[in-house]
Amino acid sequence: MSSEPATPLLQVEGVSLSFGGLACLSNLDLVVGEGEVVSVIGPNGAGKTSLFNVITGVYPPDAGRILLEGSSLLGLDPHQIARRGVARTFQTLRLFLNMTVKENVMAAAYGHTKAGVVRSVLRTPGMRREEREIERLAEERLGFFGDRLVGYRWRQPAYSLSYANRRRLEIARATAARPRLLLLDEPAAGMNPVETHEMTELIGRLREEGGYTILVIEHDMHVVEGISDRVIALDHGVKIAEGSFDEVATDPRVVEAYLGTSATERQ
Amino acid sequence: MTTPPPEKPDEQPRIGVDEWVASAEERRARTLVGRIEDAYERTPAAVKLLALALPFAIFPLFVDSDYLMQVAVDTLVFVLLALGLNVAVGWVGLLDLGFVAFFGLGAYLYAAVASPYAGRDWEAEFAIPAIAITVAVAGFLLGSTSRRLVGDYLAIVTLFFLQLWLVVMVNASFTRGPNGISDLYPLEFFGREVVSLEGYYYVTFAAFVLVVAFLYLLNRSRTGRAWRALREDELAAELMTMPVNRLKLMAFAVGAGIAGVAGALYAPAQGAVFPLNFDIVLLITIYAMVVLGGAGSIFGVTVGAVLINASLEALSEPDDASTLFYVAGVLAILALLRRPSWAAPAVLGGTAVFGFVVHEAAERWRPSLVEGTTFGQARIDELVDSWVLLPEGIVTQDGLPDGATGKLAYLGLVAAILALTLVRNPLWRAAGLVPVLYLAACVWENLLVAQPAVARFVLIGAMLVGLMAFRPQGLFGRQRVEVV
Repeated sequence: MSSEPATPLLQVEGVSLSFGGLACLSNLDLVVGEGEVVSVIGPNGAGKTSLFNVITGVYPPDAGRILLEGSSLLGLDPHQIARRGVARTFQTLRLFLNMTVKENVMAAAYGHTKAGVVRSVLRTPGMRREEREIERLAEERLGFFGDRLVGYRWRQPAYSLSYANRRRLEIARATAARPRLLLLDEPAAGMNPVETHEMTELIGRLREEGGYTILVIEHDMHVVEGISDRVIALDHGVKIAEGSFDEVATDPRVVEAYLGTSATERQ
Repeated sequence: MTTPPPEKPDEQPRIGVDEWVASAEERRARTLVGRIEDAYERTPAAVKLLALALPFAIFPLFVDSDYLMQVAVDTLVFVLLALGLNVAVGWVGLLDLGFVAFFGLGAYLYAAVASPYAGRDWEAEFAIPAIAITVAVAGFLLGSTSRRLVGDYLAIVTLFFLQLWLVVMVNASFTRGPNGISDLYPLEFFGREVVSLEGYYYVTFAAFVLVVAFLYLLNRSRTGRAWRALREDELAAELMTMPVNRLKLMAFAVGAGIAGVAGALYAPAQGAVFPLNFDIVLLITIYAMVVLGGAGSIFGVTVGAVLINASLEALSEPDDASTLFYVAGVLAILALLRRPSWAAPAVLGGTAVFGFVVHEAAERWRPSLVEGTTFGQARIDELVDSWVLLPEGIVTQDGLPDGATGKLAYLGLVAAILALTLVRNPLWRAAGLVPVLYLAACVWENLLVAQPAVARFVLIGAMLVGLMAFRPQGLFGRQRVEVV
């Protein structure tokens, strides 16, 4: 599936981002089609997380356009972009540690609930229905991970979770924001081989059952191979290769970026 | 969805479950404090709120002293302030140092709508909501100037606004400057004036009940959840669809509105407003209440406000202050020196013996050092009299310290405490603590007890330092985990 997708959900066109003299992204183009799973790979400092930060509105790009379903995301606050259907997880976990597991997920439903201060304090029937709905939503999203995040876990604070469960909780939280496009930043980082394998299956299920379009940053090549429709390789903020996993993995520029010049010469 | 039973510890370790982390909760629940905490957690909210309101509701039935009623009205006003400050500080984690200005604004607005000076006499059922809304809007505006600031920067800018407010109120002619505005009309609800202290008490109590209910319900709504989320991680909250800036402004506005109500009740209860009623000392006091009770807990900050205000009142009486000083001192040593287990009793016993020995020696060789008598008259003072060094004349007849000697002792104490912090060896540190504690008692008896204005804040500070070492989350606060 290396051909250009028919209905692009996300279009990044000519995006550049630099901090002072350091160019994180230069003139980057990429397209993610509806329902695709696209992996972004590259060595450390290649600009992968910067790409996520630009898409989600954390940093405004210096140049270029970012379109979600054809409409520009530039100039919107991050929470507005999130409401339009872009949710993400973080490479360094950023959970609401002192809130319960269920609350973490419920909090992310803020964007599609409406009860204001007055309705909250009067506890109108509409407000209570809304609360029940997002509670059900949270339970359902947490149930996505089998029995790992259900039952007594709901009431536990997020900091009491193990590392792998925190990664799962971050995904559950992101899906509670009702995204079309899910950005996963190294979902398998720090996981053991069994957990990594589970994560690979999980990302497949997220696409099949959740219907999300997924852009994922990942270092583990087994995961990348297992999940990706397409792979995009970045180095120094520039796209150096794009295509199927096999095409990208054998691309000389990718090998060079990871292993250095002499490695390509030896090939 | 069915709830699976909790894992049993003897089950095989499961993938994705860190055993130590998973059992941390269990280990905590086994301690005494853990059990008390759990019982507190399990108590239904309605019971907690009732337990909170009941003592206030029946208080006037048992009290017939005007002084105590006045203290009770002030305490309730402080409780309102602590609850208001808790919104920004406890729930959202914004270090707002301008809070007291909203209290002042509420009080001055009352003066502007119900005093002969302003020439208006609004009914309270109209004035108080109007003031609450106006001050909330002021909070919103103040917040919007600083909504992108966090931490220290926000603290400095909001402190600037408080100073600005004070300078304007002291110097402006339309507020009559430092003379304040007096002869305010009393509160008047539907044509009936509130005249008695009991009346003011019950009006303030009603406001307290309404504010607690309001905050409790708000905290359980999506707004409260979003506030907690943004306190935990602003960026994550923003990226999870929460409009962080707007939520912060709401927190400022809600807290300010509550402070406005407190001001609108405080002004008529006092009958006058003066700009210096709303200064930084008050700000620090309210912070102390929130920190002591446990930032983030409605129940906690209420208890904190009552405790601090009661202590401040008690400390202005030399007799009560002395007793409180020694009781608090012993408790602080017990709380701070928990390990090794011999440390606290050894230091306390050592200090007592040290005192009597020094006193005995002084009596024999330098009797002038023990000629004085204690300033307080409480029962404990007889004992203290034969324990601390009290040279005649450090405190003069009118209760003011006589200068050189007292100040030297005070400086010596500060220097000794600083020197003690440099000692690493626990044994030497415990040994050094003995003369330092004794010196502290001498300074207290010779200098501080006669100066309640200073002494009470020194003691409240010491209380807080002790508490922070023992229970950093405050009495009823929940321990927060910052980074794991």
